[in-house]
Amino acid sequence: MDLKEKLVSSFLAFENRVDIDSYVHDVRSEAIKTFEEKGFPSKKEEAWKYTSLNSILKEDYSVFPKQENALEYPQVKKYFIHDIDTYKIIFIDGKYSSHLSQTTHDGIDVCLMSAALSKPKYQLVIENYFNKAAEKDSLSSLNTAFSSEGAYIHIPKNKIVEKPIQIIHFSTGNESATMLQPRNLVVVGENSHVQIIERHQSLTSNPVLTNSVTEIFASKRAIVDYYKIQNDNENASLIDNTFVKQSRESFASVHTFSFGGKLIRNNLNFYQNGERIDSTLKGITIIGEKQHVDHNTLVHHIEPNCESHQDYKGIFSDRSTGVFNGKVVVEKEAQKTNAFQANNNILISDKASINTKPQLEIFADDVKCSHGCTIGQLDESAMFYMRSRGIPEKEAKALLMFAFSNNVLSSVKIPELKQRITKIIANKLGVNIGFDL
Amino acid sequence: MLKINNLHASVEDKSILKGINLEVKPGEVHAIMGPNGSGKSTLASVVAGKEEYEVTEGNIIFEGEDIEELAAEERAHKGVFLSFQYPVEIPGVSVTNFMKTAINETRKAKGLEDMPAKDMLKLIREKSELLEIDRKFLSRSLNEGFSGGEKKRNEIFQMAMLEPKLAILDETDSGLDIDALRIVANGVNKLKSKDNAVVVITHYQRLLDYIVPDFVHVLYNGRIVKSGGKELAHQLEEKGYDWIKEEVNA
Repeated sequence: MDLKEKLVSSFLAFENRVDIDSYVHDVRSEAIKTFEEKGFPSKKEEAWKYTSLNSILKEDYSVFPKQENALEYPQVKKYFIHDIDTYKIIFIDGKYSSHLSQTTHDGIDVCLMSAALSKPKYQLVIENYFNKAAEKDSLSSLNTAFSSEGAYIHIPKNKIVEKPIQIIHFSTGNESATMLQPRNLVVVGENSHVQIIERHQSLTSNPVLTNSVTEIFASKRAIVDYYKIQNDNENASLIDNTFVKQSRESFASVHTFSFGGKLIRNNLNFYQNGERIDSTLKGITIIGEKQHVDHNTLVHHIEPNCESHQDYKGIFSDRSTGVFNGKVVVEKEAQKTNAFQANNNILISDKASINTKPQLEIFADDVKCSHGCTIGQLDESAMFYMRSRGIPEKEAKALLMFAFSNNVLSSVKIPELKQRITKIIANKLGVNIGFDL
Repeated sequence: MLKINNLHASVEDKSILKGINLEVKPGEVHAIMGPNGSGKSTLASVVAGKEEYEVTEGNIIFEGEDIEELAAEERAHKGVFLSFQYPVEIPGVSVTNFMKTAINETRKAKGLEDMPAKDMLKLIREKSELLEIDRKFLSRSLNEGFSGGEKKRNEIFQMAMLEPKLAILDETDSGLDIDALRIVANGVNKLKSKDNAVVVITHYQRLLDYIVPDFVHVLYNGRIVKSGGKELAHQLEEKGYDWIKEEVNA
């Protein structure tokens, strides 16, 4: 039985097990039908031309973790941003770990999707927002059908959430192969600010496949900063589907740091429903060996006077492969749109490759849209210059790579997070550079 | 300090240096002059360790050690410094961070701890004053958007920070106005001591009015064809290079 059949046939058992209201039940039933119809995407589809899921779909994944596993904080502390106070929503093999988490209902809700889906007091928010931003593509639908757990964050209006929120999904690999489908919902009220850091971390060499959906709603003048740390091990794959719906004058940013994992596909979608909206999508990808990272972005400019800024940097070594597919749609009404897109890449080895494709669909006539993609090598003359000053080859390379990524790194607003990412990059490059850029 | 014996070097199978002999002793200033394409910059790059050049014959002895197999950074750690004719722009790396990294990597190679931040700042302040460099300049990206004069001044600032035993100045005077030339030359002269040496590569005699050489060599067609004292530079300034070419070709 292949994975699709297995998933479809286990849907009924799943549906009977979980306690949910009828609204979500209907959404799920609809979603499994969509998935059954469409199946997993193949390379025949334009959006999947350069990313094949075949190698990761052949595993015999356990779809529902059979047992609950515990982790002690000292074992996993290094995966947390632990030098600042944060809210934490932590999952182990898809199950909530109250032990590692720090949630709140004090003026804001930072808690669990399972609670939000089952308790009447959240029903209105769920009916208004759940599955209202997500596309009805096959992978998002698959997640919707099985969605039962994840982070639920609801910030009412006029709240500045001082502490960042960390969402971490650990997998322990007690099963031979695990498939996880976390579902996050983030609703941010008028004038409210929130910062979220998300990470998926496998602690096993057994295969893990995560198909995640995150829906983010930014109300009028809200500020939402979302950071994704993708530094998983070589047997863990991630399909991240994120949908950001923005109202007027809101600011939303998603930074994606992709440093590890077997295969990563980021489907990142922004929808601007209002004027004077700012959307920022940035990423740094540094991979090697046979890793594959695919950024598939969409910014949909629907109304006038809005901006979007996309800046993705990629550094590829060994036989690693990258994809950047950035689509910007500017509707006829969206006059005075400013849309910028840049994708710059460095190939360190002859065997590494990147496919980059900007896609602009502009129906308005008074707009500023720019896009640029570059593919290059490390600048040899810069290397010699640095080495002639006593900076060894490895460090000189690292310095150039940091400099190359600096535009993205410098817009991270949480200093401790920026430091951590700098450290992850330095570790990855095998250097100890004693300063922050 | 530096002894170059019968050095032949080529790039992409094109032979450029065809048997250079040169000895530089501590405390000396040597000038290497010559027409375009004679191999001056190649000689500088080969001594500094640029990998594109292949040494096909001869050797380079620095402080008694054959350095031909050493990487550029290892030569730098031993005290070789090259002031670039065209300093490279490195966006995203500030002058200060670049210098900190260079100094601490050099210290690491010598088994020393990183320089304490306070000492580093003091050193930077001291040396930037010597080259009349504005503090704001130090936080800018290395060479990015610098004028020709700023780039060259920054090269000598780096030299002042690293205190090399042997400094090779490759066309440091090109692109400098007279004020910048004076500042740069003044910086070099202040750094001169009986223990270090300077090799000045230049087209024109102008810089040599400020940095006075003990020896002047004329490089032509990959060989040193004439050596003399500082008066040779004046002769070249007056008469150009044609008489040398004629002498060689005769």
